[in-house]
Amino acid sequence: MTARRVILAVALLVMATVPLWVPGNYYISVASDILIYAIFTLSVDLLIGYAGLVSLGHGGLFSLAAYTVAVCLGAGFGHFSAILLAIAVTLAGTAVFAALSLRTTGVGFIMITLALGQIMWGLAYRWVGLTGGDNGISVASRPAPFGITLATSAHFYDATLIVFALCLFAYWVFVNSAFGGSLKGTRDQPRRMSALGYHVWLIRFCAFMFSGFLAAVAGILFAYRAEFISPPTAALTASAEPVLMAISGGSGTILGPVVGALLVEIVKNVASAYISRWNMMLGAIFVLIVMFMPEGLVPGTARLVRRLRAQRAKAPTT
Amino acid sequence: MWTILAINSVTFGGLLFLLSAGFSLIFGLMRVPNLTHGSMFMLGGYIGSTAIVTWHLSFWLAAALAAAAVAVFGGVVERLLLRRLAGSVLAQVLVTLGIAFIVSDFCLMVWGGDPISIDTPSALSGGTRTLGVYFPTYRIAIILIAVVIAALLWALLERTRLGAMIRAGVDDPEMARVVGIRVSRLFTVVFCLGAALAGFGGFMGAPILSVYPGLDFAMLPLALVVVILGGTGSLIGSLVGSIVIGFIYNFGLVLLPQLAYFILFLPMVVVLVLRPQGLFGRAAP
Repeated sequence: MTARRVILAVALLVMATVPLWVPGNYYISVASDILIYAIFTLSVDLLIGYAGLVSLGHGGLFSLAAYTVAVCLGAGFGHFSAILLAIAVTLAGTAVFAALSLRTTGVGFIMITLALGQIMWGLAYRWVGLTGGDNGISVASRPAPFGITLATSAHFYDATLIVFALCLFAYWVFVNSAFGGSLKGTRDQPRRMSALGYHVWLIRFCAFMFSGFLAAVAGILFAYRAEFISPPTAALTASAEPVLMAISGGSGTILGPVVGALLVEIVKNVASAYISRWNMMLGAIFVLIVMFMPEGLVPGTARLVRRLRAQRAKAPTT
Repeated sequence: MWTILAINSVTFGGLLFLLSAGFSLIFGLMRVPNLTHGSMFMLGGYIGSTAIVTWHLSFWLAAALAAAAVAVFGGVVERLLLRRLAGSVLAQVLVTLGIAFIVSDFCLMVWGGDPISIDTPSALSGGTRTLGVYFPTYRIAIILIAVVIAALLWALLERTRLGAMIRAGVDDPEMARVVGIRVSRLFTVVFCLGAALAGFGGFMGAPILSVYPGLDFAMLPLALVVVILGGTGSLIGSLVGSIVIGFIYNFGLVLLPQLAYFILFLPMVVVLVLRPQGLFGRAAP
């Protein structure tokens, strides 16, 4: 247990000091992206890991938040009201997504969320009057909470880290609460939960809403980080990436999605420096992980370590 | 203008039927939502166009080649990957999604980013004028082909031994195995058949839609919406769903071009609220 605490403390220290030792603004922005995707992956994994529902439409919610911020700022709203509006609009969108997709579970859920996500992409792409179509929309400025400007990469990273820590804490409270327990119950034994008097649909709906809220936070941060938003943000790839991150890191854990986001973003950035075929690589990683390490890298590695330890413990006696 | 739009809608519905019939069959039999289906559609279009433009094959030979090549691709995916993940739906979804990304990028690498469009075969180019309305021959031909294929599929499923075996596999795979039907071989047959239909559809659509990067993920949600609308595993469901979506999509493009994609969502909402299993689907087991 102490080893784990030491690792966590070191990880926190490393994360807090990123702007001090990471060379150059570009890499600090990559670090911000990792945190943003970690929040997004937590959002997706709340449904995969705790509710047993795989959503392939979360890119639609993420981009809904990002587009709302960009459109509101373009229309002359202040940062505070733009952010509030983005959260409200995304929560409304999430409610529609949830109401439709929770008519089914399992494969039906995947198909409906995928179709809904693609419809959001279609809107972003075709509704040129609002979204600028292929050209996208730029975000003119970043907010300055408490008079601190977030215009520099380092300040923006610090702000993202604070939001990330708050989200992680809220997530931890959420999944460890009695509600989180009943959510896991609906994943494993929906019929029994129903027989025990739990409202299975409502529990799933509430989880979906919290997931949508996290996606909104990630989308808003993304809009401000990139200062630009265009249809690829809503594409199927964008919905599939957090699923890959969650599954590669280890679904149904709190740290798994964070580690998955870290790994996939690093692979993406390193890979894009050498090859221009990120989508092909994303697909290949998907296939390899599902075929060979279906439980994810964090639990998979933990299993490997346990097995090695067991062998080492056995070795002297034999 | 409205007549032309209606014809275009039915034509598009025919293409959607070629795409979604296979998707629906595969889903009905194997419980696999095959997310490579849009990629198969696009792959068929690219292979067929290359056969015509580069290898100078005749139109119908190219169509056969496109269907056969995509069927082989489908068979390989089913045998090498999906087979090993039998029973784990999530893993199958993710693997088909991964393959869809690989195919999408592969096509971009091989065929480049420019749309490829091919001419309609000379026998079917032009149009006929009947009762003061101009009917483009190729589009009418697609409608006829879709109807013939629907009839053939119906005959295959309802009137042959293979069809009876497939229906048995859809209804109750365990019992089908017990009475000696090799369900796993049926899986491969159905998967190849679905792939061939998608590839053929992609090629037939090439003169109208042209083939371009992103066609795969533009068609995939249409297939999903058709299947959600019509109900999984139901042939008549795919047919009706395809034509409904064909109409809504085409009329939407003309009347509300910016929201055409969004309007597709309306029939889906209505069906999901009133009849979650789809218009012609049976209640989920």
